[in-house]
Amino acid sequence: MVDFWASYAWPTAKIVLYIIAIVVPLLLAIAYLTYAERKVIAAMQMRKGPNVVGPFGLLQPIADGLKLLLKETIIPAGANRVVFVLAPMITFILALVAWAVIPFGPGVVLADINVGILYLFAISSLGVYGIIMAGWASNSRYAFLGALRSAAQMVSYEVSIGFVIITVLLCVGSLNLSDIVLAQQNIWFAIPLLPMFVVFFISGLAETNRAPFDLPEAEAELVSGYNVEYSSMAFALFFLGEYANMILMSAMTSILFLGGWLPPVDVAPLNWIPGPVWFALKIAACLFVFLWVRATFPRYRYDQLMRLGWKVFLPLSLAWVIITAGVLVAMDWLPDTIAG
Amino acid sequence: MIIHSLTFYMFAAVAVASGVMVISARNPVHSVLFLILAFFNSAALFVLMGAEFLAMVLVVVYVGAVAVLFLFVVMMLDINFREMRHGALQYLPIGGLVGIVLLAELVLVFGSWAVAPEAADVATIPTPDPTVVTNTHALGSVLYTRFVYLFQAAGMILLVAMVGAIVLTLRQRDGLRRQSIAEQNARRKSDTIEVVKVPSRGGV
Amino acid sequence: MAYLDRSVRSFLLSELLSGMWLTFRYMFRPKVTLNYPYEKSPISPRFRGEHALRRYPNGEERCIACKLCEAVCPALAITIEAEPRADGSRRTTRYDIDMTKCIYCGFCQEACPVDAIVEGPNFEFATETREELLYDKQKLLANGDRWEAAIAENLALDAPYR
Repeated sequence: MVDFWASYAWPTAKIVLYIIAIVVPLLLAIAYLTYAERKVIAAMQMRKGPNVVGPFGLLQPIADGLKLLLKETIIPAGANRVVFVLAPMITFILALVAWAVIPFGPGVVLADINVGILYLFAISSLGVYGIIMAGWASNSRYAFLGALRSAAQMVSYEVSIGFVIITVLLCVGSLNLSDIVLAQQNIWFAIPLLPMFVVFFISGLAETNRAPFDLPEAEAELVSGYNVEYSSMAFALFFLGEYANMILMSAMTSILFLGGWLPPVDVAPLNWIPGPVWFALKIAACLFVFLWVRATFPRYRYDQLMRLGWKVFLPLSLAWVIITAGVLVAMDWLPDTIAG
Repeated sequence: MIIHSLTFYMFAAVAVASGVMVISARNPVHSVLFLILAFFNSAALFVLMGAEFLAMVLVVVYVGAVAVLFLFVVMMLDINFREMRHGALQYLPIGGLVGIVLLAELVLVFGSWAVAPEAADVATIPTPDPTVVTNTHALGSVLYTRFVYLFQAAGMILLVAMVGAIVLTLRQRDGLRRQSIAEQNARRKSDTIEVVKVPSRGGV
Repeated sequence: MAYLDRSVRSFLLSELLSGMWLTFRYMFRPKVTLNYPYEKSPISPRFRGEHALRRYPNGEERCIACKLCEAVCPALAITIEAEPRADGSRRTTRYDIDMTKCIYCGFCQEACPVDAIVEGPNFEFATETREELLYDKQKLLANGDRWEAAIAENLALDAPYR
């Protein structure tokens, strides 16, 4: 009995506790990301944004959440019920499970697996299923068009994201996320790999269906795209999933290019601040750019979107893979794990 | 160990069950969704065997890209499946034949392992000890040294297939007005706007 | 050279960056938001808001039931019934405005020879039921009593332009 407790029950309980410790702050961050988005975009449009509910409108996300919780869930008569209900759950769960491998600090990670970056890539490529299933199951033209757009768009941009990840991996020599962060102790990859950083960030915008690539939910043409038939909690799950994906993409950006939990320079006042704080700051900076871009640029046309993905980013990132590999081999800078 | 076998049987059972559902589901979209579930469970089986790289690649490539395109096509097709099933029985002999051939081959492979245990070793010789080298490294060092020509040949075949598909579907059409983004970006105010001083009653 | 300049600029995303710099600068501009229920924007004296029936300073209602407003109303929102009162003066017995029909064109106040029906400065008269928007004479007179000061001031301000 003691053996059972020590070898199964206690580790399970510990993991559940870790998961709660990750998911609860994450959900709060998602809630306040919606608030930050409204505030930032309002400021850029010379408005005030939410300022009524609570001091500075700080309770607005809670109020919105409560409102969505209390609304009626509507399942359209022509909908495919099982898939319709499953879709928002998949979106939300996928947005959360990816956090299992994210290192928040040195050794602060739930699952320090060897193929962490591949896991993240796999999870982010699965995000399309929630949208596709929602669009198809809704049995509505708008939702279906949104789903089709989203599917084509996410598959296209994944290709260049994959190549960008490969360039980073060439410089690191490991698929482990902690190793990727530690490889940036001397210099963040954003500086030597600046073009790839930009490509990754823009592809990240497309991958999370954010402006200016938010065609799957283009409100001007598709009403609201794939989630047009959803209401109440099902809609809230889509919404939360989308914002969780934004945070995840920002976390990926800061791990791959901005040195994860490392301080910008390893000197006295900066390295007193603990790693997770640096990591959170970097994520927040990336998220700010997400919002900033939304406030600045108009939406792409669909053919322009496809052109950018296939005719600009794909050749560029492919060329950069070759250049990086060539430079690393020519200069003999290959990381030990590859050379050895 | 018990937990390990339990999880193995769980994933294996779900994989087989969803495989059955792929061919028995009435709705083709449901079939594809079950196919994805089957992929997932096979990936989980890979993880249980310690082949996490293969598992992730399976998810990225098959679930993340191939199945999306399957779903894409199947969702857009509007087929009357009752009509299609009508003639399905006449393909039974050829389908059965293919199935039997596949079964025979599988039996041969595993049978040879059972009869001659050293035959399996031939395939597993290059596999290093998983505790020393991660399977990503192991796979890479085998793929790019021992099998590098085969690997490159596979790449070339895929490239040829891709070029072929593009050539077959590319249509040259005349008289199309295409957007040239470089040209548009290169336009400046001075190229397009001219301020003309028009004399009264003189016209431009 | 110009080609090179252009290529380098487009490769460095100079246009995107200048756009983002613009929005970033706007972030620190003073806000134009009005905190609506607490702050309101000024409205013109000619503002055409909620209707009101005015009275003379002695308390006698102005409306003489000429029905010009009823005739001119393009939305047919006004219904008037009238009969002589005991003192022989002509007054309305019924003066209804269907506010759900009204298009706030202001023809009624233009047509009125005695400045009885006016569109006041009030625009906050949303209701929870449709019935509350079917105004009768009491409601309109009450509006007149309530907004008389503001209406009189607006009329005085606008008078030089009439």
